[in-house]
Amino acid sequence: MTDAHTAGPFIAAIDQGTTSSRCIVFDRDGRIVSVDQKEHEQIFPKPGWVEHDATEIWTNVQEVVAGAVEKAGITRDDIKAIGITNQRETTVLWDRNTGEPVHNAIVWQDTRTDALCRELGRNVGQDRFRRETGLPLASYFAGPKARWLLDNVDGLKERAEAGDILFGTMDTWVIWNLTGGTDGGRHVTDVTNASRTMLMNLHTMQWDERIAESIGVPAAMLPEIRSSAEVYGEIKGGRLGELLGGIPVASALGDQQAALFGQTCFAEGETKSTYGTGTFMVMNTGDKIINSYSGLLTTVGYQIGDQKPVYALEGSIAVTGSLVQWMRDQMGLISTAAEIETLALSVEDNGGAYFVPAFSGLFAPYWRSDARGVIAGLTRYVTKAHLARAVLEATAWQTREIADAMTKDSGVELAALKVDGGMTSNNLLMQTLSDFLDAPVVRPMVAETTCLGAAYAAGLAVGFWNSTDDLRANWRRAAEWTPRMDAETRDREYKSWLKAVERTMGWLEDEE
Amino acid sequence: MARNIQSLERAAAMLRLLAGGERRLGLSDIASSLGLAKGTAHGILRTLQQEGFVEQDDASGRYQLGAELLRLGTTYLDVHELRARALVWTDDLARSSGESVYLGVLHQQGVLIVHHVFRPDDSRQVLEIGAMQPLHSTALGKVLSAYDPVAHSEALESERKAFTDRTVCDPDGFEHILDLTRARGYAADVEETWEGVAAVAAPIHDRRRMPVGAVGITGAVERLRRDGELRPELIAAVRDCARAVSRDLGAGRF
Repeated sequence: MTDAHTAGPFIAAIDQGTTSSRCIVFDRDGRIVSVDQKEHEQIFPKPGWVEHDATEIWTNVQEVVAGAVEKAGITRDDIKAIGITNQRETTVLWDRNTGEPVHNAIVWQDTRTDALCRELGRNVGQDRFRRETGLPLASYFAGPKARWLLDNVDGLKERAEAGDILFGTMDTWVIWNLTGGTDGGRHVTDVTNASRTMLMNLHTMQWDERIAESIGVPAAMLPEIRSSAEVYGEIKGGRLGELLGGIPVASALGDQQAALFGQTCFAEGETKSTYGTGTFMVMNTGDKIINSYSGLLTTVGYQIGDQKPVYALEGSIAVTGSLVQWMRDQMGLISTAAEIETLALSVEDNGGAYFVPAFSGLFAPYWRSDARGVIAGLTRYVTKAHLARAVLEATAWQTREIADAMTKDSGVELAALKVDGGMTSNNLLMQTLSDFLDAPVVRPMVAETTCLGAAYAAGLAVGFWNSTDDLRANWRRAAEWTPRMDAETRDREYKSWLKAVERTMGWLEDEE
Repeated sequence: MARNIQSLERAAAMLRLLAGGERRLGLSDIASSLGLAKGTAHGILRTLQQEGFVEQDDASGRYQLGAELLRLGTTYLDVHELRARALVWTDDLARSSGESVYLGVLHQQGVLIVHHVFRPDDSRQVLEIGAMQPLHSTALGKVLSAYDPVAHSEALESERKAFTDRTVCDPDGFEHILDLTRARGYAADVEETWEGVAAVAAPIHDRRRMPVGAVGITGAVERLRRDGELRPELIAAVRDCARAVSRDLGAGRF
């Protein structure tokens, strides 16, 4: 029995997320020693706009790091390195001389760059930069957000051209501050975060000057692109300087890529899916940059030190956990999210009902913004319990559609799906997922795969762990669901689902 | 015949009065309806208010039935809520003990397994969620029988089958084991259900200290015992896990 975590050393990981910042201290087995967390304000200046105060976030990051270290009862000598994972694409610009942000950070969900992105598409459309960056022109990505700030903050363009302004996603902002800020802070980003800016060329892993110029982002303000696992610098100055000065800052990974790393999906074809409010599925495609013809994103999975980068395909589902919340809050059919399973288990099947939650259109692999949600196949026989089944099946079918798109693009069949996130506590959903995918679904023993991924990368960088094989050895299977559905039933049900999906399209008229 | 407790009778009369329609009543209305002195009525109302059975309107000072009364009849802990809350703690128990973890609740005459975490080795294991286990011989069943009166009567009324030479089937012996379980705060099963298999389990309580389930580890008797005794660090780990889940349930609303 490996008892209390008395024996160090340890690795700390910062998760700078959309709603909160957290710090978790891990031991050598990848077990959690301590956690501290603090939420930050969500600022909504206009409909569709979402901002964060980057100064508040940096204050919170310092607090949670100090808090987690204190709760663990350890000192700087016990911590071998600190790693970072972060909400992706959220963009901040700041003055390199004062360290002050010039504006609130623009959050990934913010849609203010919609029009700008359309304009940037010119006559080519949203795929204008896809070949180089792997991404369609959409409001999520960081480059156009930076351009918006340059256009809308007085005098910023001149200051940027004079070299006084620095650009960063949240990894860059946290690392620059951790390593000294105005006193020699390192202005760096990692390949995974850089791959979400629409400014990096996936083939060269460097900023694409032509695209940066087209989008209107001066190269002078961009950070240096580094690997995901290497020592960027040491903690220096400020509140944490006293407490943890000298500790190497040794990893950065976007949150979904960190989860891929934490799930130890190190081999080509290995895939993880994180089930939260929405769902993010990422497949390791090895050294291949796979152009997607099915509406998936091509992105960087990770890069360890001077090894070759590992690429990935990503598909997201907008509405999964939030559909269960909708059943609870808007429909009032259940009183807690977990009750969806109880209600769904009170019947044998969906009673012929299919629920396609295209609340804000259909995403991958369809990309139809004119679609709206549909419940199809209603008869007098259908009860709320059948709808509860249909809700859970909707998450499973949407996963299947992304998995099919990944197979189509990559030619790799899904051998097994590694899952994490809050919805993995739903046994019926996990079994349904396995039935619909016709593949095993596996849940690991550490739920905090995102933080764990950042810790793993930092630990590799400083030799705390020697290889990805060490990390694989740490991975433990907590549960595994295997398919129980016969092929005939699966095919019939999938056909019905696809028919329901068709019914959602073209609901909105006059779409651009 | 034992005398009834007068203040309880009066409290019951007050609740009936307040339940008699959609209305709020003032202190003097209540006191005069029941033929009580205002001071006596006030004392009882204040106690009921503290327990949440009665609420007082801030503006008018009038009394009405409290939310707790409604909750008494309707709330139970959804087993899937229990699983969701237990998830991180049971993962950690499996990891620290090196054994598989089961979470069980009373269902009909047995223990229904609502959550199962694999033993953290690379061996092939099958998820046992939905399986039933006997009440009288398993560690989970003994914990439920010791703490939940409904489980207790189910266990006493059921046929207590001898699965091995060590299964305790006679009522007195069984009651003795339950006494021991309550005194120690955990139950054990050493080859009483399956040859070669041992288990340790502890109770999970909700916010009102009601027993809602049991959590335990199960594994080869050779690993769970040392020198003929169950390993104390394993017992401590199981009890820690049960306490952590109970704390989690107490913190939230359900």
